[in-house]
Amino acid sequence: MNNYKEIAKEIRRGILLQHFLSKESHVGSALSCADILTVLYFGILKINPKKPSDPNRDRFILSKGHAVAALYATLAEKGFFPKKMLETFCQNDSLLPGHSTKDTAPGVEVSTGGLGHGLPMGIGMALAAKQDKKNHRIFVLMSDGECNEGTTWESALFAAHHRLDNIVVMVDRNGQQGLGKTKDIINMDPFKEKWEAFGWSAKEIDGHNIIAIEKTLQSIPFKKNVPSIIIANTIKGKGVSYMEKNQLTWHYKNPNEEQHKIALSELDKQP
Amino acid sequence: MRKTFIDTLTQLARQDKDIMLLTGDLGFSVFEDFAKEFPNRFINCGVMEQSMISIAAGLALDGKKPYVYSIIPFATMRPFEQIRNDVCYQNLNVKIIGIGAGFLYGAFGSTHHAIEDIAILRPLPNLTILSPADANETKALVLQSYQKSGPTYIRMVKAEKNLAPTHIKTIISKPSIIQTGKDGVLIATGTCVEMGLDIVATLKENGIHLTLISLHTLKPVDEKSLTHTLKKHNRVFTLEEHRMAGGLGSLVAEIMMRHNLGKITLENFGINDNYHVLTGHQEHLAAFYSIDMKSIFKKIIKHYKYGK
Repeated sequence: MNNYKEIAKEIRRGILLQHFLSKESHVGSALSCADILTVLYFGILKINPKKPSDPNRDRFILSKGHAVAALYATLAEKGFFPKKMLETFCQNDSLLPGHSTKDTAPGVEVSTGGLGHGLPMGIGMALAAKQDKKNHRIFVLMSDGECNEGTTWESALFAAHHRLDNIVVMVDRNGQQGLGKTKDIINMDPFKEKWEAFGWSAKEIDGHNIIAIEKTLQSIPFKKNVPSIIIANTIKGKGVSYMEKNQLTWHYKNPNEEQHKIALSELDKQP
Repeated sequence: MRKTFIDTLTQLARQDKDIMLLTGDLGFSVFEDFAKEFPNRFINCGVMEQSMISIAAGLALDGKKPYVYSIIPFATMRPFEQIRNDVCYQNLNVKIIGIGAGFLYGAFGSTHHAIEDIAILRPLPNLTILSPADANETKALVLQSYQKSGPTYIRMVKAEKNLAPTHIKTIISKPSIIQTGKDGVLIATGTCVEMGLDIVATLKENGIHLTLISLHTLKPVDEKSLTHTLKKHNRVFTLEEHRMAGGLGSLVAEIMMRHNLGKITLENFGINDNYHVLTGHQEHLAAFYSIDMKSIFKKIIKHYKYGK
């Protein structure tokens, strides 16, 4: 548990460093999914950084590709590549582009960036695994704004129809999207019930409660022959007080030197 | 052509268990036998072309060889971003099979006309674009593209018959010379090759002998081979059931400019920048856009009579 918390902190430090140095957007989106990625990569996924192409590995797709700094920080922490590489985030010719891109950094499975692509690609991978009678699982992390996309619901229907219980969606539900609160832009409520109506088995958790995340992920699939979805309620910018207070701003802004220092010292003080 | 396609794919699928066929709820009376023989490898995705392309990409990421089928606008235009990001950008072995090139679905209206697909897909890196004219070309191109891992789009027409003499070997990228003549070159693709044959025959009766090329591969084109033929002539004509902007004519013009062949007269025959809102079958629409046999014949013969 404590270990998870320390890892999550280190991942947050990595996220902050990348956004501070690159001056690129989406730091808040990356921070909101840091705890989910921590539990996935350090407790759930069957992966080996030394064998990133092992055909039997679990697959992780970051469908909300704009939060890729969180994935890079996690992969570096897990040992897929040196942490030093995080400093190259979004720099010219870097292996760490601003949206997750296949065949760049080791451990990145697919290219995403346009929203609504990760889930159907993950479903294709889940279908391939079923065809070959393989036991690995496919985890897809989506944003809640992404659930506006039609492909989310098309492919949700497909996964349920084909009884793909080897796919697990996690929605990083921070309640924010491009220009404001998801509730005010396109209200997706009742959200859990929507997924259930589409034939998924859904659970809703606190996306920053490490124990809840682990416990829920350990119980997948929730039902045999039914795809699973975990709706993780999160806070955009989680871990940095001034970002949590101005969530929308920190979808776009990046910390200056002083703000960066404040953010790091806040992390250090957290339990 | 659909029958040739499915027969060829069935033969391949018997030897390769990774081949899968995905359809966007189309293919009535064509795919039933395949579905029966390979029930686990035939997936009717329902009417969700965007997700279907992404699902195919996901399958290909894990070593499957998906063939995705729909009518061209739904197979290429609706899911363009999925083709761009998921298939081409990731350079995945997904084959997109579009039916209804040009005005094949003429009477269904403009929503079903496939006359902009070449233009939107040509800029995508990694993609091979195939446009067979007859059954022989279809079979050869399906077999050869199977051997070549990577994104491929095959735009199909109806013709099940064979237009070209059987000794002409279809090779991906290499323009097929269907007939040889000394007075100029007519380059056609897909359904227009059949019309091209008629035009060439009629011109011959008038003492004009054209070389006819079937440009069955629109990307990548073996430019050396094409320009080798073009250089021998003073006049080049292109014929397509596709918009003038971005299609075969544009492609040939680009190649000619790139190879310094600007002195050769070039005239493109294709579809202009207007919608035809009234209904009509293939021949009717071709006439409306002046790309029917009669109109083209008149336009070409002008070059020789009046030296246009």
